[in-house]
Amino acid sequence: MRFSGLKVLAEGLTGNKGWSPHWRSPEPKSEYDIVLIGGGGHGLATAHYLAKVHGLTNIAVLEKGYLGGGNVGRNTTIVRANYMLHGNSEFYSHSLKLWEGLEEDLNYNVMHSQRGIINLVHSDGQRDAFVRRANSMCGQGDDGAMLDRAGVKKLLPFLDFDQTRFPIYGGLYHKRGGTARHDAVAWGFARSASDRGVDLIQQCEVTGIDVVNGVVKGVQTTKGPIRARKVGMVAAGRSSQVAAMAGLRLPIESHVLQAFVTEGLKPCLDRVVTYGMGHFYISQSDKGGLVFGGDLDMYASYAARGNLPLVEHVAEAAMTLMPVIGKAKILRSWGGVMDMSPDGSFIIDKTDIEGLFVNTGWCYGGFKATPASGHTFAHLLATGHPHPTTLHHRLDRFRTGRGIMDEEATGSQHNLH
Amino acid sequence: MRLPCPICGERDRREFYYQGAAVMLDRPAPDAGEAAWDDYLHLRENPAGDLDELWSHDAGCGAWLRVTRNVSTHEIKAAVLARDVKR
Repeated sequence: MRFSGLKVLAEGLTGNKGWSPHWRSPEPKSEYDIVLIGGGGHGLATAHYLAKVHGLTNIAVLEKGYLGGGNVGRNTTIVRANYMLHGNSEFYSHSLKLWEGLEEDLNYNVMHSQRGIINLVHSDGQRDAFVRRANSMCGQGDDGAMLDRAGVKKLLPFLDFDQTRFPIYGGLYHKRGGTARHDAVAWGFARSASDRGVDLIQQCEVTGIDVVNGVVKGVQTTKGPIRARKVGMVAAGRSSQVAAMAGLRLPIESHVLQAFVTEGLKPCLDRVVTYGMGHFYISQSDKGGLVFGGDLDMYASYAARGNLPLVEHVAEAAMTLMPVIGKAKILRSWGGVMDMSPDGSFIIDKTDIEGLFVNTGWCYGGFKATPASGHTFAHLLATGHPHPTTLHHRLDRFRTGRGIMDEEATGSQHNLH
Repeated sequence: MRLPCPICGERDRREFYYQGAAVMLDRPAPDAGEAAWDDYLHLRENPAGDLDELWSHDAGCGAWLRVTRNVSTHEIKAAVLARDVKR
């Protein structure tokens, strides 16, 4: 089934009876070439690119819950390529380019909206840092432009420009940044992978990883054992538990990050705004809700819910930045479980166990990476070599000190990102 | 979330600074080798259940605590002064 304007029109006139499920729901076979642990955005994207780019389809994606039920369904949907450091810069640039062709690639409306992202500037030092970042972004071939105060005011007239603590002096404008419909991204990748022959198996929890003499042989699951030549661990939020089944310890601590959405409002905020001094960022969803979030709760948690001090902090930041938000009611809040790595950057690599690969450490920025994470992890799984845009993202970089990508310059150690 | 400080009693989470897993108490010898230091600094068990962790009562008595907390439910199981358990 392919989507088209004509199909939507025809279905609309005939009672929408011709739509079919977007993916098959097969029982697992006893053996696959590749088993991916985790049916979230990154796992499904990996399956799509393995099938599409590398022609590999004897693949199973094992998901303990339902497809897209983890962090890809629990984020604030921002898509951007405004990284600075060598390693991250080319990877997120690659990802944004994949986003720009994603809807045609998947024949799926992921509602990718390049509405622009504005990082606000509140001091001369911050402006200098953002000018440097904008230059890096342009040097990478992406876009970044500086706005002065009048420039920001023209785009975002309702912000409180004259607040005494953090007056707004300008901003870094990343025009190609924006948002996408998070669930549709998972569904689009799932549908494409399934259509190409990948088995997506839900309600199938991996309970063990079989390793014999340092070589991976398959996995144990709640639907029985499955043999595999290669296994990819792509279970953000549970990375450490999955890796522990193979006797590995990862450089990961899991933290909770909260997000909030207001009741649906008429269109009022047509860009993404980040307010770094308040650890606050906001956009408006296509449904009308203001979607915003803040910083980590700053302690280890798998609870997928946060604590009130951070709720208060985020609400205060919101009110100092755009007092108009006080008129809106917060409809709901939620927490996602973040794989925090020591340098704040991700890991896509082989492990010391032959045939076992790991994709983890997305910190609080995994959503925008979804296409490139899948694309580069598929490359690694298929060829055995890292993709050129993930050359730095080695599992052992903390031990060796080579290729650390500490974007916030706070130091490469746990609890600083 | 409230943490029971052995010196000050039960206090709001906002009074505390979080350091992370209490493995930081088991500092290897300077010459213990690269693997031991990588283990200490970077690699974590990161369980989805009970975890021993280090909190500092910054806005209270200033003591370092070893708190045992279930990180899936946020239930506090125990809190002792780090100086009493440091080897």
